[in-house]
Amino acid sequence: MLEIKNLVVNYGVITALQEISLSVPAGAIVTLIGANGAGKTTTLRAVSGLLKARTGEVIYEGRKITNLPPHELVKLGIAHVPEGRMVFANLTVLENLRMGAYLMKDRAAVNRELSYVFDVFPRLKEREKQIAGTLSGGEQQMLAIGRALMSKPKFLMLDEPSLGIAPLLVQKIFEKIVEINRDHKITVLLVEQNANLALDVSSYGYVLETGRIILADTSASLRANPQVKSAYLGGS
Amino acid sequence: MDWLQQLINGLAQGSIYALIALGYTMVYGVLRFINFAHSDVLMLGAFAAFFLAPVVGTILPPQSYLGAFIIVIVSAAICAAIGILIERLAYRPLRNRPKLTVLITAIGVSLLIEFTCQHNAVFGARTRPFPRLIPEHNFHLGNIVIANHDVLVPIVTAALLALLWLVVQRTKIGMAMRAVAFNPQAAALMGVNINRVISFTFGLGSALAAIAGILYAMRAPGIEPLMGIQPGLRAFIAAVLGGIGNLPGAALGGLLLGLLETFAGGIPGISNYRDGIAFAILIFILLFRPAGLLGEVKTEKV
Ligand SMILES: Nc1ncnc2c1ncn2[C@@H]1O[C@H](COP(=O)(O)OP(=O)(O)O)[C@@H](O)[C@H]1O
Ligand SMILES: [Mg+2]
Repeated sequence: MLEIKNLVVNYGVITALQEISLSVPAGAIVTLIGANGAGKTTTLRAVSGLLKARTGEVIYEGRKITNLPPHELVKLGIAHVPEGRMVFANLTVLENLRMGAYLMKDRAAVNRELSYVFDVFPRLKEREKQIAGTLSGGEQQMLAIGRALMSKPKFLMLDEPSLGIAPLLVQKIFEKIVEINRDHKITVLLVEQNANLALDVSSYGYVLETGRIILADTSASLRANPQVKSAYLGGS
Repeated sequence: MDWLQQLINGLAQGSIYALIALGYTMVYGVLRFINFAHSDVLMLGAFAAFFLAPVVGTILPPQSYLGAFIIVIVSAAICAAIGILIERLAYRPLRNRPKLTVLITAIGVSLLIEFTCQHNAVFGARTRPFPRLIPEHNFHLGNIVIANHDVLVPIVTAALLALLWLVVQRTKIGMAMRAVAFNPQAAALMGVNINRVISFTFGLGSALAAIAGILYAMRAPGIEPLMGIQPGLRAFIAAVLGGIGNLPGAALGGLLLGLLETFAGGIPGISNYRDGIAFAILIFILLFRPAGLLGEVKTEKV
């Protein structure tokens, strides 16, 4: 579904990604793990057009999408839940969700997506009228994911959905991610520092270290890999 | 009863500041810089009306409300286009440059418009009398006289404020404006074409400035290419006073400034210091509320 080939991204003179390649097959949950500063966020931002690739290619459903502006990619069915959630704190929960369906012209279709999102996250329904800035961190994460689902994506990128959220809620959010993938055939590229959880829910994983992919394997094998164990799974 | 007269004057003056301030604050909201050329757009609005009035006068009886309405709408449309063009040509190429660069460019655009318009081949530097657009009519309340255009200004402003509020709060493009103002990248990830929203914002602000320019000209001795500077500066102060980026704040700031100025101007002995008073108020309020009257320091939950 998505293929990244030899992608290089720079911040000024700093090279953040050095020729990384990865692929996400349709229907799968693939994870990209790595320590803070490895370049995970940079990868997702380059795919969704928020950052320009210096060289390399991004191919989506057989089509080259390198450096298309973000709003064009949404039309193709790509949704990106950014790091730090970036909900519109000045808008209500409902308005945030409606923003997610910004390109949808059909009112009935928007309402259909809305009821689907409320099904997945009933909490959002309860808070519908509330200003998003007043939600808890976990609720904001649900809103960010719900908002991304509103565009009826085929491909969903999630940047550290567990960041700064209570462990119990993290568990729940990951269950939802699996549910979304399974029930709606949405392909997922999941970026995480929490490698334990990410490898649990995914079928394949890539390990990023200072801008390079150092390991790529099935999630089960990565779990068993001593190098991954010691560096990313809390030792032993 | 003199205070009633002052109140109406102050409301009229303040309304004009409010309309202009909205443009400053909207542009600041989406792009985080002060569009100094905004004050020249209001001047261009007044000149557009100046040249349109005789044309409309050939079709409709002069000084009719319908004629004035048409003049105002067409002038607003012309200025909306000018505002969009300024952003497109001068600011957009600098979108990713430091804000100071854009700010200096804005000053440059402002000076360019002012001096081009002062050239004799364009408008010339002289002051020209502004044509009467609506029939003259005075209301008598006891022993005070109120001109209809003084009453009209706050009414038009109130209607425009209500309209703007509806656009921003109830339409999709208005929602996109608010989203872009909060986080342009997140808005882009929703499928919002940010450039289109920015153009819309400039168009809307410039149309309001044009209307403000015409209202201002109706109450001023005449129009000339530098006429936008004074009200533009006051409106900028009003926008900061209300909390830059905050729409109700801009309206409130404008009204407050207009009223304070008018009342201060009516007090013998201090009437010569009305400009100083405007700035003193600004400094005073910012000392206690750095984000302005209605501005709030944004906090994001982690
Ligand atoms: N806006 C930026 N300007 C300069 N360097 C940046 C910027 N954002 C990230 N970097 C650098 O790029 C590298 C990768 O960062 P990032 O993709 O955010 O990593 P991760 O998401 O894996 O924590 C880091 O070394 C980081 O310091
Ligand atoms: Mg990151």
